[in-house]
Amino acid sequence: MAIRKIKEFAIEKLILICGLASIFFVVLIFLFLTKEGLSVFKTVTPFSFLFGKSWYPISEPAQLGILPLICGSLLVTLGAAIISIPIGVACAVYIAEIAPGKIKEILKAGIELLAAIPSVVLGFIGMVTLVPWVKTTFNLPTGLTALSGSIILAFMAMPTIVSIAEDALYSVPKSYKEGAFALGATHWQTIYRVLLPAASSGIVAAVMLGIGRVIGETMAVMMITGNAAVIPQSILVPVRTLTATIAAEMGEAVVGSEHYFALFAVGIVLFIISFIINVTADLFLHKRKF
Amino acid sequence: MVKFNIKNLNIWFGQIHALKSVNVEIEANEILSIIGPSNSGKTSFLRMLNRLNDLHPEFKMSGWLEFDNEDIRKINIEDLRKRVGMVFALPLPLPLSIFDNIAYGVKMHGLKRRERVSEIVERSLKQAYLWDEVKDRLDVSAFKLSGGQQQRLCIARTLAVEPEVILFDEPCSGLDPISTAKVEEAMLKLKKDYTIVLVTNNVKQAARVGDRTAFFLSGELVELDKTEKIFTAPADQRTDGYIRGKFG
Amino acid sequence: MRNTQRTQKIAFFFLFLATLLIVIPVGMIVVIIFQKGIPAINWQFLSDIPRQGMRAGGIYPAIIGTLYLVLGAIIFALPIGLLAAIYLSEYAKDNLLNRIIKLAIVNLSGVPSVVYGLFGLALFVVFLKFGASILSGSLTLGIMILPIIITTSREALESVPQSFREVSLSLGASKWQTIRHIVLPNAIPGVLTGTILGLGRAAGETAPILFTVAAFYLPQLPKSIFDQAMALPYHLYVISTQVPNVDEKVRYGTALVLLTLVLFMNLVAIIIRYNFRKKKKW
Repeated sequence: MAIRKIKEFAIEKLILICGLASIFFVVLIFLFLTKEGLSVFKTVTPFSFLFGKSWYPISEPAQLGILPLICGSLLVTLGAAIISIPIGVACAVYIAEIAPGKIKEILKAGIELLAAIPSVVLGFIGMVTLVPWVKTTFNLPTGLTALSGSIILAFMAMPTIVSIAEDALYSVPKSYKEGAFALGATHWQTIYRVLLPAASSGIVAAVMLGIGRVIGETMAVMMITGNAAVIPQSILVPVRTLTATIAAEMGEAVVGSEHYFALFAVGIVLFIISFIINVTADLFLHKRKF
Repeated sequence: MVKFNIKNLNIWFGQIHALKSVNVEIEANEILSIIGPSNSGKTSFLRMLNRLNDLHPEFKMSGWLEFDNEDIRKINIEDLRKRVGMVFALPLPLPLSIFDNIAYGVKMHGLKRRERVSEIVERSLKQAYLWDEVKDRLDVSAFKLSGGQQQRLCIARTLAVEPEVILFDEPCSGLDPISTAKVEEAMLKLKKDYTIVLVTNNVKQAARVGDRTAFFLSGELVELDKTEKIFTAPADQRTDGYIRGKFG
Repeated sequence: MRNTQRTQKIAFFFLFLATLLIVIPVGMIVVIIFQKGIPAINWQFLSDIPRQGMRAGGIYPAIIGTLYLVLGAIIFALPIGLLAAIYLSEYAKDNLLNRIIKLAIVNLSGVPSVVYGLFGLALFVVFLKFGASILSGSLTLGIMILPIIITTSREALESVPQSFREVSLSLGASKWQTIRHIVLPNAIPGVLTGTILGLGRAAGETAPILFTVAAFYLPQLPKSIFDQAMALPYHLYVISTQVPNVDEKVRYGTALVLLTLVLFMNLVAIIIRYNFRKKKKW
């Protein structure tokens, strides 16, 4: 009996420790990013790092301004958002409100399927289908452009947007809908005037999490955006994102070099962006009006 | 002999004051029936006796609650629950076989010998008048039984750990009249070995099986007396009103 | 009245169109990869090492590397994730600490995969001196899939009815006994679903293994957990972008194997979930 008590005491302590593991890991990630990344600010000021217009990490002396990378990430993300938000929300409405039972299940499975496709596979498919199409359609020297990246990334954001927005629509109380019907509103009017406003905070969260996914996406973007570290003038030119920069250059950076530290500093920027997006989205997600 | 001695018991769930200054003594080997409308605090009272209320995240209590002359909060909670068994409102078999449902309690208390466990399962099922109906299919899922059988299974499961007290929380609320009669019959037979506290929505059931009856209303114990007295000449008007079906 | 009906028709048409815009490309992606990948699949492709600078031969080391990585990730993440889920579902009270834990999980699931790569590099490869190795990669992937496992396991645990817990406790079982004998067995299908989804995610990710384990070209099998290894997603990246003149068949074949692996895991998870819902006894 006593042995059982000791065993249970031990396992319950272990459970507590594992419960705290998530906090531990988040702190650990942040610590190790800053441990390596902050060293770069011995040679560059945070201001010239964030707003410097040229990224030539291996020239002598190295120029470490990540503004082109930030612009690249923003441009690709903006493009992806413009494509994925209307389509994603519309699809969520269709699945939640209009699709009949069986089709609904098939569509949901299709969305899950899309979410499951590894990003490197999407990048590969983008390379062999989308990139040549962009090149010929817009008559460009290369199809590896911000636009191609935006289109592929839109597909990576959609599963997140659709499933969370659909959840939000689904959790609107039935009485809202019945009330609108009772007043003689058509189904569409009900969706447009009642359901969408009622689910708005969930939909905002869905959009934010979708965008979070896009900003953090690495492989597909690296494979199809052309990776030119210049401030883009249009959506039809190659760009380089924050994530792709880390992925492409870390392999060559010498551990402990300025370049190495700079890439970690880029990681800090990404970590902070994703932190802000996720915390805000979480606030929206739990701010239900009903 | 007094089994439970309860003095000035108050409990809260968050802001809700669920029991207000309740004083009760529960005698050994009696059946105490507890009646009252829903939300009168009768189930909360019952769940005090095996400290199941502790599971509520915002539960608070004050007052005095003794079991066998010992402060209930000082008794090891697992021992207390072993000694004070409970049968719930709905038949709640665990998702296990019939055999494992009955054996669950004693196994958890460390009994390992197979023959001994089998003996206990058989004895408990017989005590609950279920043995003959299930003896050939002890290894099927308990969910395969009918509602009445499931409830008798739950009684057998409680008996298997050999408690001193059995708490019944509206044990017949989901059962048809025949199953109800069987459960009541079992209760009356159990009385000589066990102390029984029965919460019921069914006033007539209280009249049929209770030695004494308590009437709860809005968290207060309105009246507690011999069952005949409560049902023939209640001291309090509200008791009278409830029994006659004026509210509830 | 007619007007509103027509508006509704047009609106619904556009909603339907939007749905098609997602579903059709998904279908096309899968069909294209299968169509062009299947001709590449043969026994040699699956069982041979890459030859002629990855332009011929097979992808066996990459398959094995991915399996090792995924296995390692799950060995690390499943116990921690499951126990963390038990903590959240059975022990945690609604207080500040609990809210911080939930926030941490949300964050962990939102950290970009390449940042996990950086973290793995800094902690496991450099600081703990594991080097670029299966161990470093597995641990990195393990931390990455932790939120998936915690969230799904927790949902599974919380879906076990409270009444089962009360019954078990009322029979004098301790809290841990109740969890161990009643709650956990009934949550296993859900936990399994989450685990397999985590596996699928780990198998498909590239960025976290770029600097922690992945070998560009390593025509042999890893001998210990301190060895580098090839991995399917990284291999696909390499032969698509870094190696010129690779036969398209090889690329599609690699993509097909990776996609099949990941989709298969998802399918298994879906089947388990479906069967479990059908069989549910309460």
